[in-house]
Amino acid sequence: MNRRALHIILPLITGTLALAAWHMAVKYSGSDIFPTPMEVLRGLGELAQQGLLLKYIVASLFRVSWGFGLAVLIGVPLGLVLGWFRPAFAALNPFIQILRPISPIAWIPVAILWFGVKDTAPVFLIFLASVFPITVSAMAAVQNMQQVYLRAAQNFGLSGFPLFRRVIFPAALPQVITGIRIALGVAWLVVVAAEMIAVNSGLGYLIIEARNAGKRYDLVVAGMVMIGLIGLLLDWLVRSLEKFDEVRWGYGQR
Amino acid sequence: MDNANMENIITVRDCWMSFGSTHVLERINLDVAPGEFVCIVGPSGCGKSTLLNIIGGFLRETKGTVAVEGAPVTGPDPGRIFVFQENGVFPWLTVEQNIGFGLLSRPAAERDERVKHYTSMVGLTGFERSYPRELSGGMRQRVEIARALAADARVLYMDEPFGALDFLTRLKMRADLIRIWQAEKKTIVFVTHDIEEAVQLADRVLVMTKRPATIAEEVRIDLPRPRDLDSPGYLAARDRIFSIMGMDAHGGGAV
Ligand SMILES: Nc1ncnc2c1ncn2[C@@H]1O[C@H](COP(=O)(O)OP(=O)(O)OP(=O)(O)O)[C@@H](O)[C@H]1O
Ligand SMILES: [Mg+2]
Repeated sequence: MNRRALHIILPLITGTLALAAWHMAVKYSGSDIFPTPMEVLRGLGELAQQGLLLKYIVASLFRVSWGFGLAVLIGVPLGLVLGWFRPAFAALNPFIQILRPISPIAWIPVAILWFGVKDTAPVFLIFLASVFPITVSAMAAVQNMQQVYLRAAQNFGLSGFPLFRRVIFPAALPQVITGIRIALGVAWLVVVAAEMIAVNSGLGYLIIEARNAGKRYDLVVAGMVMIGLIGLLLDWLVRSLEKFDEVRWGYGQR
Repeated sequence: MDNANMENIITVRDCWMSFGSTHVLERINLDVAPGEFVCIVGPSGCGKSTLLNIIGGFLRETKGTVAVEGAPVTGPDPGRIFVFQENGVFPWLTVEQNIGFGLLSRPAAERDERVKHYTSMVGLTGFERSYPRELSGGMRQRVEIARALAADARVLYMDEPFGALDFLTRLKMRADLIRIWQAEKKTIVFVTHDIEEAVQLADRVLVMTKRPATIAEEVRIDLPRPRDLDSPGYLAARDRIFSIMGMDAHGGGAV
């Protein structure tokens, strides 16, 4: 069997088995609250018909785009600068290391205090969650850059911005993209948590609302499934960045 | 070539180097005349790369003076290109982009011409669009050599540039390097641990001692080029260096 077929057929088999096991488990336990896969699918259909599915997905993606986009715009340059200039690193790294382990969830009360329950609060939380992985990986990428690239570049007379553009940035890029990928995963994780508290649309809101307004667990699980699928899609999108020739050297042989 | 009546292009005086408490170089003195081909040999870990990196401006000596082309060395210079022992080819650029890296200020036509010339010289025609990760270690080394030669530097510092090449390629690269050196009147400082290579290439071979290293002796190789590897002069020079390093030419140990 070739590799491609392997990567399509095996997941299909495990997926089918998992769905069957899920179905059986619900049937045999006799639960009338927890849905079977079919009921979840029907729930999804219902949401799609009401136009809510698309609306909630767009709402969640909108918040992630803003929070994550701002994190990339600020985190990448900040990380590169911190990795290059030792004084900047010395001045700011301790704060970053203190702020970094604080879960975005812990920021929720603060976010509500500062931004109210408008869209700004979840965007802020997503920004917080993703800016640290991006900054730290860009910083490490520059600090761990092979010295010989820097020496070769300086030997050819590069300094200042040309040195940065032609050597430091491309040398750091593979690790920067890895950081971006991790950050997008975290951002998606956080948007759902953030929407459970502060807003009235989005997939996180759907999950909480479906439970509170009538124990609609088929819709709860439908929301979870959508979150998973979209997460997979986002990861696949960033991962396809790693295929470009300019960065492929940075990921070992796979 | 007689450097007594010529201004030296490289002068190292009483140079010492330590990394923390590791003393690597001790009281190094050396002169290189313009257009000279000097090889530095010595046991592994003795400080050959360290010395070359100091001359190249990448490391600061702990004590002493190092001057190149009439001025103290304060950093690297585009007129003096270094070929690194650990491959310095940029993995995000193709072979031709790497080879043309030092030529971006030149007109495009001239740049393409030089890139093409040196690509074919190192035998990489057909691989212009390849990325370094698609090449073998020896091919990557040839990319770096071509990049250094294409940059048209006055001085070349080469740190074991042929280390990863097979025997035949190495012979060809040596011949090419000698040809370019003769045609373009470059000054070359070449580090190797291969004594035969040093004797085949150099006007003068500097033999370093174990760490903390100093220059034990210099051996002048006054043989016409291309060199006959069976001539008595060649064999005598080679055996002399072997004996300075405490070996005989047949692999025997210290005497
Ligand atoms: N940056 C460094 N920090 C500490 N020690 C170093 C550093 N660079 C080199 N050394 C030490 O200096 C000594 C000389 O190293 P160097 O690389 O100059 O040797 P070499 O003669 O080029 O060896 P080889 O033939 O194996 O390339 C070694 O003992 C090495 O451990
Ligand atoms: Mg070395």
